[in-house]
Amino acid sequence: MNSDKNTNAGDIIQDVTSGDYKYGFVSDIDTEIIPVGLSEDVVRLISAKKHEPQWLLEFRLKAYRHWLTLTPPTWGHLKMPAIDFQAISYYAAPVKKEGPKSLDEVDPDILHTFDRLGIPLEEQKQLSGMAVDAVMDSVSVKTTHKEALAEKGIIFCSISEAVRDYPDLVKKYLGSVVSYKDNFYAALNSAVFSDGSFVYIPKGVRCPMELSTYFRINASGTGQFERTLIVADDDSYVSYLEGCTAPMRDENQLHAAIVEIVVEDRAEVKYSTVQNWYAGDREGRGGVYNLVTKRGLCRGDYSKLSWTQVETGSAITWKYPSCVLAGRGSTGEFYSVAVTRNYQQADTGTKMIHLAPDTRSTIVSKGISAGRSENSYRGLVKVTPAADRARNYTQCDSLLLGSHCGAHTFPYVDVMNPTATVEHEATTSKISEDQMFYCAQRGIPAEEAVGLIVNGYAKEVMNKLPMEFAVEAQRLLSLTLEGSIG
Amino acid sequence: MNNPLQQYIDLYTGNPDMVQGNHGGALNQARDKALERLLEARRLPDRSDEGYAKTSVAEMFAPDYGINLQRHPVTVDLASSFHCGVPNLSTLMAVVAVDRFAPTRTLQQNLPQGVVVCSLAEGVRRYPGIADRYYNSLASRRGNAATDLNTLFTQDGVMIYVPDGVRLEKAIQIVQLFQGDSPRLAFRRILLVAGKDSRVAVLKCDHSHPDSADFLSSEVIEVIASEGSEVQFYDLEESAAATRRMSQMFARQDAGSKLTVAAATLFNGTTRNEFRIDCTGDHTATRLSGMAIGSRSQHIDNSSEVVHRGQHGHSDQLFKYVLDDEARGAFEGSIEVAEGSRFVEAYQSNRNVLASTGARMHTKPQLLIYNDDVKCSHGATTGQLDDRALFYMQTRGIPLDEARRMLMQAFMVDVVDTIALEPLRDRLRHMVERRFASADHLCDASCRQAE
Repeated sequence: MNSDKNTNAGDIIQDVTSGDYKYGFVSDIDTEIIPVGLSEDVVRLISAKKHEPQWLLEFRLKAYRHWLTLTPPTWGHLKMPAIDFQAISYYAAPVKKEGPKSLDEVDPDILHTFDRLGIPLEEQKQLSGMAVDAVMDSVSVKTTHKEALAEKGIIFCSISEAVRDYPDLVKKYLGSVVSYKDNFYAALNSAVFSDGSFVYIPKGVRCPMELSTYFRINASGTGQFERTLIVADDDSYVSYLEGCTAPMRDENQLHAAIVEIVVEDRAEVKYSTVQNWYAGDREGRGGVYNLVTKRGLCRGDYSKLSWTQVETGSAITWKYPSCVLAGRGSTGEFYSVAVTRNYQQADTGTKMIHLAPDTRSTIVSKGISAGRSENSYRGLVKVTPAADRARNYTQCDSLLLGSHCGAHTFPYVDVMNPTATVEHEATTSKISEDQMFYCAQRGIPAEEAVGLIVNGYAKEVMNKLPMEFAVEAQRLLSLTLEGSIG
Repeated sequence: MNNPLQQYIDLYTGNPDMVQGNHGGALNQARDKALERLLEARRLPDRSDEGYAKTSVAEMFAPDYGINLQRHPVTVDLASSFHCGVPNLSTLMAVVAVDRFAPTRTLQQNLPQGVVVCSLAEGVRRYPGIADRYYNSLASRRGNAATDLNTLFTQDGVMIYVPDGVRLEKAIQIVQLFQGDSPRLAFRRILLVAGKDSRVAVLKCDHSHPDSADFLSSEVIEVIASEGSEVQFYDLEESAAATRRMSQMFARQDAGSKLTVAAATLFNGTTRNEFRIDCTGDHTATRLSGMAIGSRSQHIDNSSEVVHRGQHGHSDQLFKYVLDDEARGAFEGSIEVAEGSRFVEAYQSNRNVLASTGARMHTKPQLLIYNDDVKCSHGATTGQLDDRALFYMQTRGIPLDEARRMLMQAFMVDVVDTIALEPLRDRLRHMVERRFASADHLCDASCRQAE
């Protein structure tokens, strides 16, 4: 019995050691890439390729001109080589012969790619109950389940389609949460974003299935700049999943996305991410720079926004999914597990901005660092004078595996209201020797024991993930840590 | 606003002889390097700098103050007019009037053999061995433009040296005073060197007269705790609303040393305290605490940084604030454990009570850990007094105001308890009690009885 188990575990470990990063394949798909570099002409070209209306072009150009005045932020606890923004191609789309009318017409290679990724794009996988919008090299390839969703009045499509079909909605909400002036990468994204997902949940509708986007950078020398916009109208509910992978390459690829979420009265949005971009090899060569701006506006009273993220990939992660709690009694949540190993660097956390009375927020962040990696939590809790009785609880724990890695915590707490209660706790330690000893006693090999303990440690966050993701995320966690102890 | 650094650089380069005046040795030697670094920095930190989010050093230095460059004697009868009311604590007292050192008779008579407590200007001349080795040794490494500015202008201060193995029974008390009706800037400096296995406790009290003119105290304190030494440093501030204070402490702890630092801000105008403690040796123990009671428009900003470079280090930080009226509080603290520094236990806690709608608190506790074999944590809370406790006390016939006072006092008790000198601890507890009882300046009652 015992030996069986060991073999099984052995298999899993074998599985990983033989191919460190199983998503690291390159799909040979005809891709249309525009020449490298960024200029006003490139912005115009992207806009023209996508047949965009004038207002959107102007939005892009405004953002581009603003971007020119900015410099990349340097306050992160990150060692990041300067990015040459003129060496990146800002648009890479799989070449379409014609717009696919049914699944049969979608390039089989693309379908094959997604097959290998295990995305339920094909109709036969409808049973898994997910609606998927797959974004490959920034262009949305195919959105499934559209009809089923349309019945309920839910809009789930690529943002280009949304611009075409629902211009009023897009115009109303685009840039309303993350302004193009927000930061360097937000400005860049606003200028050159090529595609992304758009979700609109009408009043009183509970979205019957998980909505999901899968992001993949395939072409080399490109960056991915997608943009997600989710609007949950009064009394609605939606759970949204996001997954990311990229091929293994020696070069660093840039991913600068924006996610904007608007939550109206009593609506609830749950946004889950399993981020597994290519993290670079053991010596820290290559890997994706994941520089993302994610923010939700709880505009309605008693609205709720919950971010859950499992971050295992990327050479550099710089992201702070935030909640602006503007509606009375609104709730923001942030649950995060960030794992770094080898030479990975992560500077991630959240911002909870309490603007209205009776707003509540919870932050649970679990960092795990191994190898020579650097893992930082950086978060802001701000209680403004109007936010009477605001409540925040923050817990940041760091686990260190190995003596060459770093775990850091940078919480910012600003309280301007005496009726607010804000708590912050952080601990840093290594894996408990008692627990390891106990596992060893029970015949559990060290490696497996670490996986077990880490999964237990991260459970609080994992529990917040939708079922489909939880299994994958848990496995991912164990596999990521394989070979990390010593 | 233009950064005011240039006006100070101009002042120095225009009058180098005056600043260097009568002081030879280490004081002057450090100035060239400081000037060089200031010319490079070109500005004093302001709110746009990380770590100075709530307090702009540039703004503090911007007004036009008088600096006593020519060393005019300060005409106040200090030793007789001043009496710090810590009963049962017989101390070896010295006074720093604005920026001028003045020993009391008790100090001169009772100083044990080999122990030095003297004017820094004099100490640099008489004990070049100590001054050359230690003066500016920590400040130049860990400091910033504000430190260099102090180094550039410092003409006097306090030098304390306790030889190896000497354990001082009495505490050394340094009273720093501001008096006068014209705005003044004092560059103050303390160099404290504790030899191997020595023991010393220093109590520093900053005072400025209420209703006095604008004062700015720029202060750099260097503490060297040699192997096995035990150093206590208490810093008590009771100054007027128009007084600003920019204080930076740099400490180095060698193996087996114990350092206790406690800072209490009871009355002040604008205060920025920085504590940078380097635990370079193994088996060090560090206790750093701070207490701030703010009302009216007091501004209190504490910034701490404890760095562990040795093995088996232990450090504990505790900062507590009670803020009323329009008071502003800020705390930024960090624990850093360097690579290879194993078996470290480092803790930090910051707890704050906001007692009014106008009060503001900014907190940023940080951990930077480069090693796995550590136990580190920090906690921060900002909230209000417990409603249920207040209600309970009211049901027992205690008026609301008094109940609030009692709870606030109780809240501060654990900071007071970090003070190892018992008479001082008792006295501070009493002072905290009185501080909550009235927002009026305390000095009249407790410290200036003889005036």
